[in-house]
Amino acid sequence: MTAPVTPAERMIISAARALYGHRVVFVGVGLPNIACNLARRTHSPGLELIYESGVFGARPARLPLSIGDPALVTNATAVMSMADLFLFYLQGGRVDVALLGGAQIDRFGNLNTTAIGDYANPRVRLPGSGGACEIATNARHILIIMRLKKRAFVSKLDFCTSPGHLEGSNSRQNLGLPGHGPVQVITDRAIFDFATPAKEMRLTAVAPGETAESIQKEVGWPLNISPSLNQMPHPTPEELRLIREELDPQGLYRQ
Amino acid sequence: MQEAVSQFVQDGMTIAIEGFTAFICFAAAHEIIRQQKHNLTLCRLTPDLVYDQMVAAGTARKLIFSYLGNPGVGSLHCIRRAVEQAIPNPLELEEYSHFGMIGRYLAGASNLPFFPLQSYKGSDLPKVNSQIRFIESPYTGEKIAVVPPLKPDVAFIHAQRADRHGNTQLWGLIGIQKEVAFAAHHVVVVVEEIVPEETIRRDPNRTLIPGLVVDAVVCEPFGAHPSYVQGYYDRDNAFYLAWDKISRDQVAVEAWLSEWVFDVPDRATYIQKLGTERLAQLQPGEWFAEGVNYGRYSPNSQTDHGGIYDQSG
Repeated sequence: MTAPVTPAERMIISAARALYGHRVVFVGVGLPNIACNLARRTHSPGLELIYESGVFGARPARLPLSIGDPALVTNATAVMSMADLFLFYLQGGRVDVALLGGAQIDRFGNLNTTAIGDYANPRVRLPGSGGACEIATNARHILIIMRLKKRAFVSKLDFCTSPGHLEGSNSRQNLGLPGHGPVQVITDRAIFDFATPAKEMRLTAVAPGETAESIQKEVGWPLNISPSLNQMPHPTPEELRLIREELDPQGLYRQ
Repeated sequence: MQEAVSQFVQDGMTIAIEGFTAFICFAAAHEIIRQQKHNLTLCRLTPDLVYDQMVAAGTARKLIFSYLGNPGVGSLHCIRRAVEQAIPNPLELEEYSHFGMIGRYLAGASNLPFFPLQSYKGSDLPKVNSQIRFIESPYTGEKIAVVPPLKPDVAFIHAQRADRHGNTQLWGLIGIQKEVAFAAHHVVVVVEEIVPEETIRRDPNRTLIPGLVVDAVVCEPFGAHPSYVQGYYDRDNAFYLAWDKISRDQVAVEAWLSEWVFDVPDRATYIQKLGTERLAQLQPGEWFAEGVNYGRYSPNSQTDHGGIYDQSG
């Protein structure tokens, strides 16, 4: 008998399925990496994986241990300088969707990966932007993948590294950002979208055993809840097998 | 390497040892540490273990960067210690996003006063870095972010091969090696092998950096370990994990620096100490490209036009 589905597995599989119908995805390290490789091995074999290290159309033979793994180069469609990748592929508007995460997110999908506390005197110094700021700016759509935690879903970010819908409504468009911004936030316990005129995060699906009330407890602002609240998708045996045996055999991300 | 570092690197200089996950020249960093250079401004998109070690050894005053992490592992503890507790020295940070750093090198390499990019609208980064500014497009009036040129005093570029004139070929994740080489005032190329000029000329599209901008060539096999060189050796991921433990404690870091940097005279000794077994584990299999036909154009191949351009009669 197979082990029960973990919340992290449900999150990875939901993110992989959300990539259905997209052609070009910009892949980050960690959870996004697993979700994108899972999508390519299940419903979207033609999905083109872009890594900021300079790879387009990656077909890695092993799960890349970082976004700069040499396995991303071998058998790729194209390998280029990072200048070419950021200029022509990302800023040039060739990226359909990108997956991002963060230590903090606010109700409009703005992300903090820089510092907790004051920037000059941080309680926790985080890695910073990397390519996240320009990915959030330029990719046509953004999927956010991160665990649901009260200290991460905050009413006000300590630092805005990567712009989401800024102050909501048309504020992102008015500032002239090329991409459409976040479309979904996929967590281990719930899924949210931004499909309202205010562009505010809205609860659309919950994991088994969760309710709107249990999710609200982990969110630092009064939640907007969709009138048709769904269940998060249930993994197929093949999706579980791929994650457990091939994509994350050591269980670094799926626990 | 000893000669290259003592000739080109001086206290207080701005230094770039680039390479995105791949081609990170630890051999250069370790020699700079051995020669106890001080007050350096270190530029790199991803400071990585290479600058964590240089900061722990007290060589740095300032960091110009865009991603401060141990890729796929976690934090850079030595840099955090320097920033948070000034151990062993205080460290100033100047922070961008990757594209901002790339834009700085592009402006530096192409002699432009700034580089414009779509990033930073709505981000707090311009609030904490006054070097990121906004201008108005003279054509559309739209606001656009700009970053200033970055021209390191010295860049160390690791690569697979070069000829003795410094004509350098790279393949794999070429990162921003070309941009930083053209941006820097002095360039030291460090390669796995020196090849005859003929080898370079047989495949000129693969030449990323011409000898024109190169001041010195150093042949240093395994000079990028624990980083990697495509087709030559894999990344030593076990070391990146091990450093996470070592780097949490300044005493352990100093012991490591003694053993692996100060007590080894050069890279060859470091590699010998690492042992053939470890190196064998990092050996990738073979996966060759098919050759391409550049064409042979002999001096008299176009002397007979067959009359096609000579219609005057």
